[in-house]
Amino acid sequence: MNYSFHWRPVFESLPLLLGGCLVTVEIAALSTAIAIVLGVALAFGRISGSKTAAWFALGWIEFGRNTPGLLQIYFAYFGLGSLGVHLNSYAALTAGIAFNSSAYLAEIFRGGMRAIPATQARAARSLGMTSWQTSRHVVLPQLFRIVYYPITNQMIFAVLMTALGLTVGLDTDLAGVTQQLNVLTYRTFEYFSVAAVLYYLIAKAMTGAARLIAWRLFRY
Amino acid sequence: MFNATVSAHDILFMLRGAAVTLGLTFWAVLGGTLLGVGFGLLRASLPGWPSLALGLILDIFRSVPLLIQIILANAFAPLVGIDLDGFTIACIVLAVYGAAYCTEIVRASVLAVPLATRRAARSLGMTWSDDLVAIVFPMALRVGLPGWIGLALGLMKDSSLVLWIGVIELLRAAQIVITRTQEPLLVLGVAGAIYFLISFPIARIGEWLERRWREQ
Repeated sequence: MNYSFHWRPVFESLPLLLGGCLVTVEIAALSTAIAIVLGVALAFGRISGSKTAAWFALGWIEFGRNTPGLLQIYFAYFGLGSLGVHLNSYAALTAGIAFNSSAYLAEIFRGGMRAIPATQARAARSLGMTSWQTSRHVVLPQLFRIVYYPITNQMIFAVLMTALGLTVGLDTDLAGVTQQLNVLTYRTFEYFSVAAVLYYLIAKAMTGAARLIAWRLFRY
Repeated sequence: MFNATVSAHDILFMLRGAAVTLGLTFWAVLGGTLLGVGFGLLRASLPGWPSLALGLILDIFRSVPLLIQIILANAFAPLVGIDLDGFTIACIVLAVYGAAYCTEIVRASVLAVPLATRRAARSLGMTWSDDLVAIVFPMALRVGLPGWIGLALGLMKDSSLVLWIGVIELLRAAQIVITRTQEPLLVLGVAGAIYFLISFPIARIGEWLERRWREQ
């Protein structure tokens, strides 16, 4: 092997890379938040009485789960332009990840709702609780416990998916900043291995934080 | 002459890309499954620390974005003087990535077989390999197959990421057609439909198997 590794420039640009990490976490959090809202709506759409809503939700979920996330990001970035909607790379990436996650989360929520026996809600109602009180005190606390870990998993997937921002020219997230530095220096292996380490640390920090929050939240 | 539209030739070009996607998926699933079964059996049978260490190493491949792994492998191969084309590198990275997931599926499936059943098999005079082939394999298959089908479909979809290192698979082919025709919505729609037609029937078979086997 006659290649000499140059690590110093990589470590010197570490502040830039760490700034990229922040953007990566931001996109992941934002897209997961949007995906949770969409996922809840889709899950309710599937079980609702309305045929149109059920088919619409089913179409969304199946398209989201059976095509690559990258294709969905391309749709947001290149495809929507034909309809006159021009998203920048940041918005297109966030929208693509949110679309993809929402399809998976909808199925998770639907499974969670089915896991809570309907008799509990009926019992709560017959004790004189209103519909809102039933949701607030009986159904939602249990549902939240069931879907908590799948949501955190989905958020870690979202972190990993943010690297796809490279393909739509995003240059502010971790992968994008790394690529910018790479095209300046052609030290591809050095820069991307440090990026890989940073991604690993982000994923592990998130898992750790999720466990800590769960430990605090689900004590009783 | 200057009014380019999507022609039959473009569709054929994309179908050829779809064949590359299927080729990538085939090698990735084959390699990933072979490695995954090996590592999974190791993880299920090794004692605490070595098993945990293997799990931690494989966890790296699940915690780093696949695109970064592809870029790294593509940059690393020439550094150590290995001359491989993009397709081969893509297959290797996808196979290792798949193995990391397959290992956990195999481990969970093997551990789902009750230890008492395996002890009973051994006490009937079956050897370790008899037990594995005749007792563990059929029982673990039922637990693991739905997850494995999901993994195979995941690899099919993730194979789109290798466009970054210049492999002309379905999505890259679509991108080339878009550059020529300037019809992104239509072309991406066709590419999406092809992915969907490959993935959806297999996903449905997986769900059907899962339901059927749960009832039994």
